[in-house]
Amino acid sequence: MRVSFLGTVFHRLAILAYLLFALFPLFWLVKVSVTPNDLLYSEGIRLWPSRTSFEHFRFVLENSAFPLFFRNSLIVATSTAVIVTVLASLAGYAFSRFAFRGRAWLVALMLLTQMFPLVMLVAPIFKMLTPLGLTNSLTGLVIVYTAFNVPFATFLMQSFFDGIPKELEEAAKIDGATQFMAFRQIILPLTLPGIAATLGFVFTAAWSELLFALMLISGNAAATFPVGLLSFVSKFSVDFGQMMAAGVLALIPACLFFLLIQRYLVQGLTAGAVKG
Amino acid sequence: MASIDIDNVRKNYGAVPVLHGVDLTIKDGEFIVLVGPSGCGKSTLLRTVAGLEEVSSGEIRIGGARVNERHPKDRDIAMVFQSYALYPHMNVAENMSYSLRLRRAAKERIASAVSNAAGKLGLEPLLERRPKALSGGQRQRVAMGRAIVRQPKAFLFDEPLSNLDARLREQMRAEIKTLHRDLGATSIYVTHDQIEAMTLADRVVAMHGGIVQQVGSPLELYDRPANLFVASFIGSPAMNLLKGTYDASGAEAGIVLPDGTRIALSGPYALQSGTEVTLGIRPEHVVLSPIDGLPARVSLVEPTGFGIILHLSVHDLPLIAFTLDRTRLQSGPTTAIAFPPEHLHLFDGAGNRVVRAN
Repeated sequence: MRVSFLGTVFHRLAILAYLLFALFPLFWLVKVSVTPNDLLYSEGIRLWPSRTSFEHFRFVLENSAFPLFFRNSLIVATSTAVIVTVLASLAGYAFSRFAFRGRAWLVALMLLTQMFPLVMLVAPIFKMLTPLGLTNSLTGLVIVYTAFNVPFATFLMQSFFDGIPKELEEAAKIDGATQFMAFRQIILPLTLPGIAATLGFVFTAAWSELLFALMLISGNAAATFPVGLLSFVSKFSVDFGQMMAAGVLALIPACLFFLLIQRYLVQGLTAGAVKG
Repeated sequence: MASIDIDNVRKNYGAVPVLHGVDLTIKDGEFIVLVGPSGCGKSTLLRTVAGLEEVSSGEIRIGGARVNERHPKDRDIAMVFQSYALYPHMNVAENMSYSLRLRRAAKERIASAVSNAAGKLGLEPLLERRPKALSGGQRQRVAMGRAIVRQPKAFLFDEPLSNLDARLREQMRAEIKTLHRDLGATSIYVTHDQIEAMTLADRVVAMHGGIVQQVGSPLELYDRPANLFVASFIGSPAMNLLKGTYDASGAEAGIVLPDGTRIALSGPYALQSGTEVTLGIRPEHVVLSPIDGLPARVSLVEPTGFGIILHLSVHDLPLIAFTLDRTRLQSGPTTAIAFPPEHLHLFDGAGNRVVRAN
């Protein structure tokens, strides 16, 4: 199909406009983080400050509890992502391949969990976790995040498994593999893009979660960075420079993570399996 | 290699029966083709032999041993799928050796089995390639290679050529036949293509509605179809079928068509006069322009290159004739036809073949 020159131009312009729109807040975050305090208000609406400095970054790293928050977030988000992805892979595979009693009910039940506003659940969860000693603990957060992310991640993984032809497993079984070997040696390698997507999705969700982190954690020891960011807001002022610097730092792991998995996200691994 | 016995096998999906008690004995080294229209149960039957579907009742034996409860991996069979089902993350050599690696075969044995199979199928230059870098025909070969490296008890083919274009299909058909001649492996081959069935099979099993309609050599099915289904399914262009009533009066028995035309049969049949029957004649057996024949109108002439298909109507009954005589291309709007009695097939009201009473 031949696309006209004007069409191409319009297409590119539309993408550019979208990118500008989507990335502008990020740009602003970076811009404020490198603006020295004395210029913060005087040059508030300039696209780039006349002088830049990394003083906010230095302050955040050296004088705040931010490294601790950062470490906590990393532990919580990574554990959640790994646990959820393992559970969701197994559950998604079962939903995709096996017919069993109560399957429809399980799916409906999982869907149901996605229908409640999370705020409604804060109080009961707090009530449940307190006697177990899981408030103010990273383990408690991981459990809560896992519970909330498993249903969606399972649906996600199921759709990836659905996309893999059943004949591949049948061929493997005839070649001499057990169901589990077929899953591990044939299906799982082909689901890497799905696993990467699920890991990324759950990691970012857990990384940026605020509501439960705020409600279940008090004090700095187990605070995650979204909670930590709030500590830059005091009663009388907001320290924008430091807050933005912390925000930029918080972006780094998420970026690194996606860099790591993007190879799998874009790769169409199943090409060539069956006729096509 | 082994024989396969299928003993009164039934298969239901919920309340829906798909196989109604299939019996079939496949001899060691025999090439059996299951043929029938979509949904006739042929693939399901194959999958029950493979162990990919459980039977609802009945027994399947491979090499004399009951395998109903065995997993596919413990049945020692190989299968070629319609979609090839190659493992996309493995190269050709890895695809072919997967079964041997699962069995922890010695490295040297794997290497020799793979190179042997690759040699037979002309895959040597492709061993390092991934499936996505192969053409349809090459993928098909790899799927075959994956089956033969193992020397299993039996080969199962599930419409292996359906995804190939016509030319390649012919070529692969011949290769499969050669391969079977060389390996002598017991094979069950599922297809809806009657040419594949006719050309490949030692015996053809025609299936319809989950019931085996006829088992026999290809020519047996062609020359003596057991019932109307087989008569109309095997052969292209399909057999002409005309409804009429049996008439034993007069010097020789005959069939009276609805318009009153009487067609003579050779010899009496074990039928009452006035019985509703169906008369069958293959298009190539319709004789054109005999000395004294039925007048027929030519409604369409289709040259196939090899021969000519004539669409005729005899007193408004549609009829197809096939001839190799090219002068027929210029045939006028009318002609005459005759039905040689020795080529007529007779089927009773239930659709079953009626044989001559001697």
